This record gives sequence, structure tokens and C-alpha cells, in this order.
Amino acid sequence: MQDAATDPGQQARRSWMAVLARASAAELEDALAECGERPEYRRLRGPEPGLVMVRGRIGGGGGAFNLGEMTVTRCTVRLADGAVGHAYVAGRDERQAELAALCDAVLQGGRPAGALHAAVERLQAAQQAQRDAVAAKAAATRVQFFAMETWRGGPGA
Amino acid sequence: MIDAAFPEPVLQAQACFRAVLDAMARPGRVFGVDAGFAPPAPLAPATASVLLTLADHETPLWLDADSAEARDWVAFHCGAPVLADPARCGFAVALGPMDLQRLPAGTHETPERSATLIQQVRALGTGRRYRLVGPGLREPALLAVDGLAEDFAVAWAANHARFPRGVDLILCAGTRLAALPRSVGVTEA
Repeated sequence: MQDAATDPGQQARRSWMAVLARASAAELEDALAECGERPEYRRLRGPEPGLVMVRGRIGGGGGAFNLGEMTVTRCTVRLADGAVGHAYVAGRDERQAELAALCDAVLQGGRPAGALHAAVERLQAAQQAQRDAVAAKAAATRVQFFAMETWRGGPGA
Repeated sequence: MIDAAFPEPVLQAQACFRAVLDAMARPGRVFGVDAGFAPPAPLAPATASVLLTLADHETPLWLDADSAEARDWVAFHCGAPVLADPARCGFAVALGPMDLQRLPAGTHETPERSATLIQQVRALGTGRRYRLVGPGLREPALLAVDGLAEDFAVAWAANHARFPRGVDLILCAGTRLAALPRSVGVTEA
């Protein structure tokens, strides 16, 4: 079995799952509407809300720190052709989790998913643009500290 | 191919937990569980329901060669780590005869660190009859089980003799279950 981190198929799936998890239910509805008739599917699990512990290496020692719990909603669906889609989304929007799982299943192939791939790419671009806009806004308030040697009145002068 | 599990996870897991609790408190009495879903072959509805109710990511699980067919379903719905060696499991699932001595029996200090064997049998209420005595039974009870090993009463006597150590047993057939806690003594009737 190939390592999930290096398998290109897994990486592509990871990237679209990240986009789907950040898209709203309405955006996912639109994306699915573009590829015509909605495929038939069954829910295997959920949608069900739960808590996950968010951990981060935010201390000086490098150890994982329990930052806090966040609400996530997960869902797993299966299409008629056997493709299984999973989704874990932040928040309590069960519709969003179900649609994201459905999109994940459709994107894995089996049936033509070109239109959905294009829609996901558009969503990805929109999400990236929004992140860039926030980053630019934050960058405007950045304070530049001079290094000692470039400071004219510094000890070296 | 993985299929769905409990349609109403909270209510059904609670109902099944109550059935297991009652079965443990009243050894030999048969209780029904309402599965409401098609279990993965070769598991019976009761076996699958008990797994969904009791097994989770904190309970290492061991599946015998027959029940390993349902491994993907169990891993997906229970999230329990499936072990290759039964010696460290919390729950074990067996469709065929199982040697109770291969399962952890706990220690005298921590008898709760023992395994619970979920044994699927052909039928409860018919077949070989066993006489049960012990806590929870004012009068000796009779339990008929079709599908246990020939020498089950002997193997159980060895398990019972280790008390407070030992293995607890949940018998599942179709949508029905009964339990034999380690405290109960079993002889063939």
C-alpha cells in the first residue's frame, strides 16, 4: 500500500476535501447543480455533530498542547456505483457535511465529474482570494523592526 | 462494501446497552435487541449491535478468522483498533469455538482488565442445555445453546475457577442475546 502522504491520488483527494470542508452548503448546492442530475446515494453514517480536540505545537518545548475542543459534523455517503465519500466540516451544518461527502464521492470518479472538478477549482480560487485579502489587510499593519546593524544610531556607529 | 449501521445511533445503542446490562445481571435469560439494519455477513444482528454499542477507539478488538470478513465494517463503524493477537484485546468476537485461556483475564489487582468474549452461536433456547448457578440467580437457571464447543462446560469451569479473574461471555444468535458473567457456574444439564 502506498503512503497516503505521497500517493498523488490521495493528495488530490485531500486537496478537494479541504476545499469542500470550507465551502458553505449553498456553494456546494450550486456546484452539484452544475453537473446535472444529482446521483442517488445512501447515508452510511451521520450527518452527526461531535467534538474534536484541536492540538497545536504552540509552546516553547515543541510538545502538543490541547488548544480546545471544536464542533465538527461528519458524514459518510455511498453512491450506487460503490464510491464512498467522507466529510468532516467545522460547525453544526449537517446539510453542508452531507453535500460535502456527496461531492467527495462523485469526485472520486465512477461517473463523469468534470463539471464538479471545475466547480471545486473555482471554489478553491475564491477561498484563496479571500485568504489573500485577509493576509493583505493584516500585512498593512505589520511593524518592521530594524536589525541592529542597519540602525544608523546603533552601537556600531 | 460497507453498509449503514444503527439508523438511530443514540437510542439503539442505549437500548442494546440495557439489554447487555440486564443479560449480565440475570445470567442465562435471553433478551432481544432491535437491530434495524442489515449486519455485514457473517455477523448476526445481535453480534453487530453489541459491537456497535460496546466497542470504540479505546477498546482493542480481536476478530476470529470467520468474523474477520466483517473487519472493514467494524473498523469503520466502531473505530476500534483490530488486533492480530487476542492476548491484549478488550473485546473478542468469535463465530467458532474459542479457547477462553487465550483471552486476557485481568489480574487480582485489576480484574476489570479482562476481555469480554462476544460469541455468536446458531441458536439460543434450543440445543445443548446448561445449568447455571451463581450471583443473580435465586434458583439455578437453565440455558439451551446450539453452537457452543463440545467441552464448553469444562472450559468454563476453568474460567470460573479463576474468579475474580476471568472472561465474561455474551452469547448472540439472530436478534437475541444472553450473557454468562465469570461469576456464574455452568454444568451440563
